Amino acid sequence: MDLILEGIVKAFTLIVGLDAEVVRVTMLSLAISGTATMVAVILGVTAGTWLALNRFPGREALVGLVNTAMGLPPVVVGLFVALMLWRSGPLGSLGIIYTPAAMVVAQAVLAFPIVTGITLAAIQQIPPGFRLQVLALGATRTQMVWVLVREARLLLLAAVMAGFGGAVSEIGASLMVGGNIKGQTRILTTSIVMETSRGNFDVAIALGIVLFLVAMAITVLLTRVQQRERKR
Amino acid sequence: MKWVQTSIGMLALVWLTGCRSCQEGPLASQEPVERDVILATTTSTFDTGLLDVLVPDFEERTGYRVKPIAVGSGQAMAMGRLGEADVLLVHSPGDEKAFVAEGAGINRQRVMYNDFVIVGPAGDPAGIRGQKSASSALLSIAGQGTVFVSRSDDSGTHTKEVSLWKASGVDPVGMDWYTETGLGMGLTLNVASEKGGYTLTDRSTFLALEKTLHLDVLVEGDEALFNVYHVIEVNPGKYPDVNSAGGKSFASYLVSPECQEIIRTFGIEKYGTALFHPDAGNVD
Amino acid sequence: MSGAPQIEVRDLEVRLGGATVLAIPGLEVAGGEVLALLGPNGAGKSTLIHAMALLLSPSAGTIAIAGEIPSARNITAFRRRMSVVFQDPHLFDRTVADNVAAGLRFRGVPRREVDERVAGELSRFGISHLASRSARKLSGGEAARVSLARAFVLRPEIMLMDEPFSSLDPPTRHALLADVKPMVRGTSTTTVMSTHDFSDAVSFADRIAVLRQGRIVQADLAWNVATRPADRFVARFVGVENVVEVRVAHREGDIVRIDAGGAALHARSDAEVGSHVLMCVRPESIYLTTSPDGTNGTLEARVESTTRMDHYTVIRLDCGFPLCVHVAGMTSAPPAPGSRVHARIRPDDIHLIVEEPMS
Repeated sequence: MDLILEGIVKAFTLIVGLDAEVVRVTMLSLAISGTATMVAVILGVTAGTWLALNRFPGREALVGLVNTAMGLPPVVVGLFVALMLWRSGPLGSLGIIYTPAAMVVAQAVLAFPIVTGITLAAIQQIPPGFRLQVLALGATRTQMVWVLVREARLLLLAAVMAGFGGAVSEIGASLMVGGNIKGQTRILTTSIVMETSRGNFDVAIALGIVLFLVAMAITVLLTRVQQRERKR
Repeated sequence: MKWVQTSIGMLALVWLTGCRSCQEGPLASQEPVERDVILATTTSTFDTGLLDVLVPDFEERTGYRVKPIAVGSGQAMAMGRLGEADVLLVHSPGDEKAFVAEGAGINRQRVMYNDFVIVGPAGDPAGIRGQKSASSALLSIAGQGTVFVSRSDDSGTHTKEVSLWKASGVDPVGMDWYTETGLGMGLTLNVASEKGGYTLTDRSTFLALEKTLHLDVLVEGDEALFNVYHVIEVNPGKYPDVNSAGGKSFASYLVSPECQEIIRTFGIEKYGTALFHPDAGNVD
Repeated sequence: MSGAPQIEVRDLEVRLGGATVLAIPGLEVAGGEVLALLGPNGAGKSTLIHAMALLLSPSAGTIAIAGEIPSARNITAFRRRMSVVFQDPHLFDRTVADNVAAGLRFRGVPRREVDERVAGELSRFGISHLASRSARKLSGGEAARVSLARAFVLRPEIMLMDEPFSSLDPPTRHALLADVKPMVRGTSTTTVMSTHDFSDAVSFADRIAVLRQGRIVQADLAWNVATRPADRFVARFVGVENVVEVRVAHREGDIVRIDAGGAALHARSDAEVGSHVLMCVRPESIYLTTSPDGTNGTLEARVESTTRMDHYTVIRLDCGFPLCVHVAGMTSAPPAPGSRVHARIRPDDIHLIVEEPMS
């Protein structure tokens, strides 16, 4: 009980005092997860829309794969990405293992199926008649896809939130491919694990609160955008 | 698809790391060709915070950038065997010798030592407090069937623990009181503390975490508990990809008088006693 | 109206999951013509509209637009010559003005022209005040007007409307139909509208094609379909309530005498003497008198029931066979049930269907 209280007090001092290390770790978390989400959204929205609009043999299996992958365990992703990026791995020559770039890759791989799956659902819930209406108005295929994506924008915002939430709170993969290196790849989640193993529970709690606040702030921001859109 | 992500990852790399290097500029007179040095190390050097002191000092002196990956000694050597690390800081002498003998590592040097201790609940249900022999203490624990928490992660500490069990003549694996965590030292100490069990730990990590634990040092001073840390460079002859210059530079730094002095005083201010003892120059 | 018809359907077949939902050997719509596709739900009207709109690829056959058969490469260019109004407006989740502008924007029309034309179209449909409203916040009638404005602003060569008003209440539907009719007439826009409502079809279209189970059973001028239905199904569907099986008793030239309920009636037909035919009489073509005013074409009848509708009265008679009569206006009180009346039917108002025995 004392420990939790101490942690909250510590959190307060660290946050209010804008502790340099906390700020740095938080900013890096935001930068990495933000970039990863951006990458995942660009690729996931494309893939999800494509899956929603095309019929081909094996599509069912692919959709099933996406839905399964939405629950990919982060450590499995981490292991896979690490194996790829290690010096001995097929992409080792890129030399990005234990860099933020590697963490972006891992988090993007993690968020990609989430964004894809939600996009797929969002586009599919638009009635088929709507698609015909758009084509009937003289849209090219590209124009139609654009209209559909805009039509589904409220749900796509949910995809962004889910993707970011998955990325920023993920730990296993980031630790494996990033290494929790101070000043380079140390982010909120890996710091929390490290501080816990070092017995600095107060700092760990403080960082946990920061992580929670960051995730909440982003979600609240996007939800407000979403709700304003809806009210319009 | 993976290729696309990777190339975007590369862009992110430029964005996330490129700017840092152009702001900081070179810190050493001669800028190293390959800056990143991957250091695979045992968790104790990391969890105690020693590397948080040594690494920035080294980076400032040389311009290299160290990426310490804190794993057990066993995994550290496994990384070395894949050429995934440039230099190792480990404490598992038997395995280290094999590592060097098979040509994976070169230039193994002593860096520092401390000792292992057996810790347990203050109540000491197995009655081992003050025993001189670590292996007979383990025998008592086994005889009482009290909880013993093992890291079971091929770390140096775990290797030491296995050798002590062997000396005691008990095979604890599979016993219901033998708890295997697979975690680092810090978390394993936590488990032992919460379960009211015994565990083997390096003294440094224990001292660093003592304030959060309900554990006492019960057995210490046995020669068998001596814990020595070695630095080993990964053999560039076998793994051409490794940053051998960087690895060598870090190894040389560890055994340098400047670094040895830092090690000698590290922890005194915070814990009242040094966590490690400089040991460079001594031979096994 | 020169050269090829504006729309030409040839040997069209659409199969869905093994079942043939549409089979049309041939159907032409001339430039500027207004055609109604009439039929019950599931007759294939929507499928035919979708096929004409180039929104589905038929299992067999072709649809030519002004003599050209679109290919996958130029299909968008062909679609841009038409507008389609669907039963469900499917408005975009944007403002009303954005919705109306959508088609023009797809075509890359310059922004100023888009604004002008959208403003003009909104005002033509009386919805200028809704311009900046979200399209998701409209009543059914408003949404239908937006959907129409969105189609008409494109000034298409061909206007296709798939049951555009069927989900609206009758007054709104009639008002919109009255608005739209002069628009397509005034611009000589080739128009195809599907409907299951005969009165909408007959008031809107030059020609009616009646569909049943994916096939066209009759395609003719609107009034011909109304008065000379091709079969029992069409007769019922176009409001011919009296379909009675009778026998041809005598024939002289193209005038036949038929025996119906013991009385003799005359009609124009080339049916053979002795054959059994279906006599079709629209209920509003029958006149009632209390006393016989002639010899030919008058049936003695007993009044079974009378039902007042809004603009007419339905009187059911028994004259050896049941006969339904619509009497317009309400100037006089309808005859009381049980009273005897005389029903007169002019030969030109009787249409005889020569049917195959089993049908």
